[in-house]
Formats: sequence, structure tokens, C-alpha cells
Amino acid sequence: MILRAQEAVEAAEIAGEFEPILLGLIVLLPLLGFVINGAASVFAARSHRGRPFAAAGHHDPSEEEAHAADHDEHPATYADQDAGGVPWTHRLPSFVAPGVMILAFLLALANFLGMVGAELQGPIVQRYWSWIPVGDLQIDAALQLDQLSMLMTLVVTGVGALIHLFSVGYMSHDPGYPRYMAYLNLFVFFMLVLVLGASFPLMFVGWEGVGLCSYLLIGFWFAEKANADAGKKAFIVNRIGDFGFLIGMMLIFVHLSSLTYTEVFERAPQLEYAGPVVTAICLFLFLGAAGKSAQIPLHVWLPDAMAGPTPVSALIHAATMVTAGVYLVVRSSTLFAMAPAASLVVALIGALTALFAATIGLKQWDIKKVLAYSTVSQLGFMFAAVGMGAYVAGVFHLMTHAFFKACLFLGSGAIIHAMHQALHATHSQADAQDMRNMGGLRRFMPITFATMAVATLAIAGVPPFAGFFSKDEIVGAAWIGSAGELPLSQASLLGVSGATWMGLIAILLSLAALMTAFYMGRLMLYTFFGPNRTGDEERRHLHEVGWTMSVPLIVLGLLSVVGGFFNVDSHIPVVNLFSPLAIGGDAGLHEWLHPVITGAEGVWAANTVAIAEVHHAAWPILLAILIGIAGLALAWLILKPETLGTPTETPAYKGDLERALYNKWYVDELYQKVVVRPVWGLSRAFYSIVDRGTIDGIIDGVVGRGAMLLGMAAGRVQTGQVNTYAFVIIIGVIVVLGAFVSLQ
Amino acid sequence: MLPLDAALFLSAILFVIGAAGVVVRRNAIVLFMCVELMLNAANLAFVSLSPYAGIDGQVIVFFVIAVAAAEAAVGLAIIISVFRHAESVDIRNFSLLRW
Repeated sequence: MILRAQEAVEAAEIAGEFEPILLGLIVLLPLLGFVINGAASVFAARSHRGRPFAAAGHHDPSEEEAHAADHDEHPATYADQDAGGVPWTHRLPSFVAPGVMILAFLLALANFLGMVGAELQGPIVQRYWSWIPVGDLQIDAALQLDQLSMLMTLVVTGVGALIHLFSVGYMSHDPGYPRYMAYLNLFVFFMLVLVLGASFPLMFVGWEGVGLCSYLLIGFWFAEKANADAGKKAFIVNRIGDFGFLIGMMLIFVHLSSLTYTEVFERAPQLEYAGPVVTAICLFLFLGAAGKSAQIPLHVWLPDAMAGPTPVSALIHAATMVTAGVYLVVRSSTLFAMAPAASLVVALIGALTALFAATIGLKQWDIKKVLAYSTVSQLGFMFAAVGMGAYVAGVFHLMTHAFFKACLFLGSGAIIHAMHQALHATHSQADAQDMRNMGGLRRFMPITFATMAVATLAIAGVPPFAGFFSKDEIVGAAWIGSAGELPLSQASLLGVSGATWMGLIAILLSLAALMTAFYMGRLMLYTFFGPNRTGDEERRHLHEVGWTMSVPLIVLGLLSVVGGFFNVDSHIPVVNLFSPLAIGGDAGLHEWLHPVITGAEGVWAANTVAIAEVHHAAWPILLAILIGIAGLALAWLILKPETLGTPTETPAYKGDLERALYNKWYVDELYQKVVVRPVWGLSRAFYSIVDRGTIDGIIDGVVGRGAMLLGMAAGRVQTGQVNTYAFVIIIGVIVVLGAFVSLQ
Repeated sequence: MLPLDAALFLSAILFVIGAAGVVVRRNAIVLFMCVELMLNAANLAFVSLSPYAGIDGQVIVFFVIAVAAAEAAVGLAIIISVFRHAESVDIRNFSLLRW
């Protein structure tokens, strides 16, 4: 594969053109994995039916009781039994699932290398067949490869392959292992359709597909109602967003009479700049993005989604699927550039979400919940970036976030795995995910500690780790915008100028960044430092995880270190100190993604006053560094892991503010009161009054009863007496004959 | 040779007697005999009309006789099995399939 890639590079250098290598196969490989693993899953369910190990997804009852308090991990039911060896249905997915992912990643890498070496003239669209040919609506099943989809494909297949490998170690003892791997492969297939599709409807197919897989994997341990409910919640909240996506898509078709990317973005400038049409399109598209990417007010599903297995949280709910909304906005950057007000809404919602979620992250005890709110918060950063027109910064953060957040999630998975084994050994009922039960783990899990520490430094924004460059670029863009040096600074929303809004966004994001550093420091302190609170007996069972789990951690940890060097801009003071380390040239990612956002730049050039020169000051960078280090230092100084006790000793919160934070600002309760209960009430009213009362009343009372009475009356005619029938026949014959004669 | 009117009149009288018997009588055997009466009344009409209407009427008569024989065979078999069941050939017993 690599050889082919090199050949392709050489060929491209000679010809100066780029031909994608087996583009369709990148998408189809995970689908193949799904088919094979799905078949294995069906076989596993059949051949083990009735036996305790069997019934994929169910746990044996004693296990259920012992871990009723847990909402995540359920290791090994069959590993405990003396059943002879691992069945083939549990061996095969270990090779197939990561195998197809690695192949897909190598293919993507080959294409990437080919692309780097060639001059790419616009996006490459590979058309396979005509999918929906209806009148003016002509949609092809086609894949579009350009710099953006290439980057997304690399992230999805690369991080995906690592997480698949991690899953082998994490999930292989689960009875539902083949089913899990099948879902995970299917997810990657749909995610690739989402990023590689060449039109909005095709993206929507991927969009819904990943939503489905997300639902299936959140509710993977569906035997417990809480997990199944979390899956349903994610699915339903996403439907609200999908409604927005659909409306946006229909509006695009109505006004631009096409849904193919190339055509839509070519025609987009024909719309009225900042007009109601394009603003509506963008706001509806953003509603879709907010649903998928868990932004206010649709953020409530993501923390609950942690009910799924931890690698799922890493892949779907941190690295890939939830960033689809950011991808959508960047993909539609031409449209969003046309709608400055809508863009400012995106940025503002993003910044608010970043701060809001960060505050909740401060006071969660469940290690995955902290990371979940952290993800929501970081997604807010990305939306703030793309909303301000800093599309590359948003994608940059998307990429680095995929590295360090996947690393953090997998690290938390490793911790939970180890904790669970330790607690399982003594049949303890303590919660394996509660940080109050951990402490001092760095002595037992050095690799996990090292990689998570690196990722923590990255997310906190400490140079030279990945998060510093990307997060700093976003906050820096906000400061630049507040100085009136971004095109969107000239826009206005609610009568307030864009520059002012961006000043607000910069402050919100800085506060969010401070809290990010603080809660991540808190997470590290409580899990890895201080005395161990697991319990004496359990402590002896704490072990570092196996190589399938530690290798992905190490790779992602390394990526968290170097990820930022892909985009070191030598024009920015302080950042340019790292220029010698830059990968891919000066501001490599900017150069790489530039062709994708030329449409947006064209719109700005035509509709805004040109900005002479952007002044990069040193102070925002220094402030960002200070914030990152200050947050970690504050956590180190204020929090005392030595005094922390187990959940029984330490209450979850003290005082009203902490209670509000612990309860997530009562948003769920609010939605319960404002949305869910009224809908329930309305449904009940409709059920009892309209359905049961009116419709059923009419059908039962009038139609049904009437038919019954008529039948009973008519039934009397049937006497069962042959004489009567003969009489009636004779009367009938006489009447017919009489009529016949008299009519003649 | 009898006049046609007389033959048709006799046929009509036989048919009416048969029909009235089917409506009024309760005994299944008698009912059958009444049905035979009706069939033969029709036969008589066919035969008496054949000098005017052609040979078809006489052919039909043979068909009617054949069908009547078959009907009698089946009908009597049914009556016998009902009798075994109910110890009676009263037609009022024959109402099991009513609602």
C-alpha cells in the first residue's frame, strides 16, 4: 500500500495531477467489517442461546446484582466460567474489526500522500451511480475528496483504528463483543459517508447513520434501563437537530435548485448577502449541527451518552461523530460567510456552551462525566471558531481535540477497566467510575498516567502541546475580531457590532479555558495523586492494562504532543518560537485547507471592507498560556486529594452553588418541566379525549355497534328451516317472473 | 291427442302442489317427493311443448331425470344420516348451521 502510494506520489509529481486511489474502498472496508462481525454476532447469539454466557448483551443475574450501582462496565461473564476456550465468534472480530480499520487508514494515507504531491484543481468528485433522479432533483451517489474531507477521513480512520484496537482489549470479554465490533465498524462506514459524501443528502445519510450507531452503542448494555433510556434520549434530541438540517437542506434546494456541494457553493453568492433566506438556511443548518455536536440548548444528550462502553465515548462522543456539526459548518462556509448574523449566532452559542459546560465539569465525580462536559465545552470552542469565520482554527481544534480527548477517554477507559477488575475481584459494589473511589493510581498504572498527563497538558493549553496551538488560535481569533480585524467584525447582531460580540466571546472562551485547565487538573489529582481509596483488598488487584489498550494510548499521547505542530504560524509572536518544529511548513494546515474556504473568502471580499493588515499581538498568546498554567496550578493548590474520602465519606457537593453545578444547572429538570411534561400532558389529553373519546367513540359506538345490531337483526332471517327458504325462493321467482311478464 | 292447454294446465297444477308441499310439509321424505313432483311437472311441460319447439325439450327431460336420480341418491343419504343422528326425519331438526 505504501509502495503504491509512493508510486502515486512520483506519478503525480511527473503528471502534476492526482487520481484518488480506491476511494470507494476506504468507505467499503468498514462496511465489510460490519458484515463479517455482524454475521459472527448472529452466530454467537444462536450457538450460545440458552446458556448463561449466551444471550448477547445480557449478564448473568448475580453479576447484575453485584454491580447494580455501576452504569458502565460489565466485564467478563464467560471469562469467569470454565468454558473451554474462547469461541471463534469472539476471536474473529479481534482481527477483522481493527484490520479493516488499519487497511482503510493506510488507503487514506496513500491518498493523502498522493494529494500532498499533486496540484489539486478543485475537489475531486467520484460519481458511482445516479441515486435520486427526480425532476430537477438529481442526486448522485458520489464521493467528494478535497482537503477537508481528506483530513476528516484521516482523523476518522486513524483515531478510529486506534480505538478499535483499544476495544479489543476492553471489550473482548463481553458476551456481546461481536455485536459491539459490528456496530463500531458500521459507525465508521457511516462517518466516512458523512465526510466523503458529495452532496447534502448523502451527508444526511451518514448523519443519520452515525446517529443510529450512536444510539445502538449508547444502549449497548440495554439490559439496564438507564442505558437504554440514554440511547433513546440521544436519538430523540438528535431528531430535533435533524429537523433543522432537513429544513435547511430543503431551503437550499428551493433557492439554489441543487444539493450537490460544488453547485450549491458556486451558486450561493447569487443569494442576497445577509438576506433572510441565507440567514434562515444557516440557522437551520446550525440547529442540525447543534443537535449532533451537543451545543446549547441540545447539549443534554451527550453526558448521558456516557452510558455506552468507554471506547465508544472516545470514538463517537469525543473524536468523530460529535464533530460532524463543525464539519457541516466548515463545509458550508460559503453559505455561512453569506450570513454574518447567523455566523455570529453560531459563535455566540459556541462560546456560551464552552463556558456553560466547563462550569458543570468543575463538580462532577464520575470521571467520564467530567470528560463528557469537557467535550461539550471543547466543541463550543470549535463552534466559536467557525462562527467567527476562523474555519481553519475550528478544524485545527477538531483535529487536536480528536487526539487528546480520545487519549483522555481511552485513559479513563483503562482506569475504569482496572478499577472494575479490582472491585470485581472482591465483589465490591463501589462505583468504578467515581473519582472518589480512585486516587493514587499513578503507581499502579504508569503508562495510563503518563499519556493522560500529556493529554491533560494538551487540553489545558500548555505549550508546546497540541491544544495550546489550536485553542490559542481560536481565542486569538476572538481577540483579533474584537479589534475589528476579522471580516465578521463588521457584521452586527441585535444592533451590536460583531467586534463587540467577539470581545465578549474572547472573554467567555478565556474563562472557559481557565475552567478547562482547572477541572482537568482536578480530574488528574483525584484519580492519580494522593492516597489510594480503592480499598486494601482491591488494591492488590489493580494492574496496568494490556498492550492492545496501552499502544493506542501511547500513540494518541504522542499525537497530543506533536498534533499542534501541523499548524505553527510564524506570523504570530510567541507561537513562532516553535516554528523550527513545524510539520508541513509554515501554517501548514492553513495552507492545506485554504482551497476549501476560498468560497467564503470570495464572499467576504465582495461584501465587506477589506482589512489592510491583521495585527497579531503577543499578549493574547501569553494570556492563554497564563490561563492554562494558572488553571492547573489553582487545582494543584486548592484541591487536596489527601483529604478526599470515598463517596460515603465525602458528600457530592457542599452549598448551593456546588449543588447546582453537580446537578448540571438543572437543565434536565428544566427540560423535564418545560418540554417533556407538557408533551406528555398533551399526549395524554390527545390520547384520552381525541383518540379514546372521539375517534374510538365514533368507531366503537356508531360504526361498530351499528354493524353489530344490523347483523343481529338480519340474522333473524336465517331460520334454519328449509321450508322458509323454499317459500322465500318461490316468492322471489314469482316476483321476478311477474316483473318480467308485466314489463313485456 | 290432448290439447296443449290441458297438458300445460296439468303441469302447472302438479308444480303448484309440489311447491306447496315443499313449503308446508315437515317430513323430509315427503319434501323429497314434492320436489320430484315439481321436477316432473317441468318434464311434462317440456314434453308437451316439444312438437312446437323442437326435439330439445325431450332431450332436456332426460337430463332432468338423470339429475333427479342423482339428487335423490344424495338427498336420501343425507336424510338417512340425519335420521341416525336425530331418530327423526322431521325437517325442523335440520337447523344446526343456523347462527
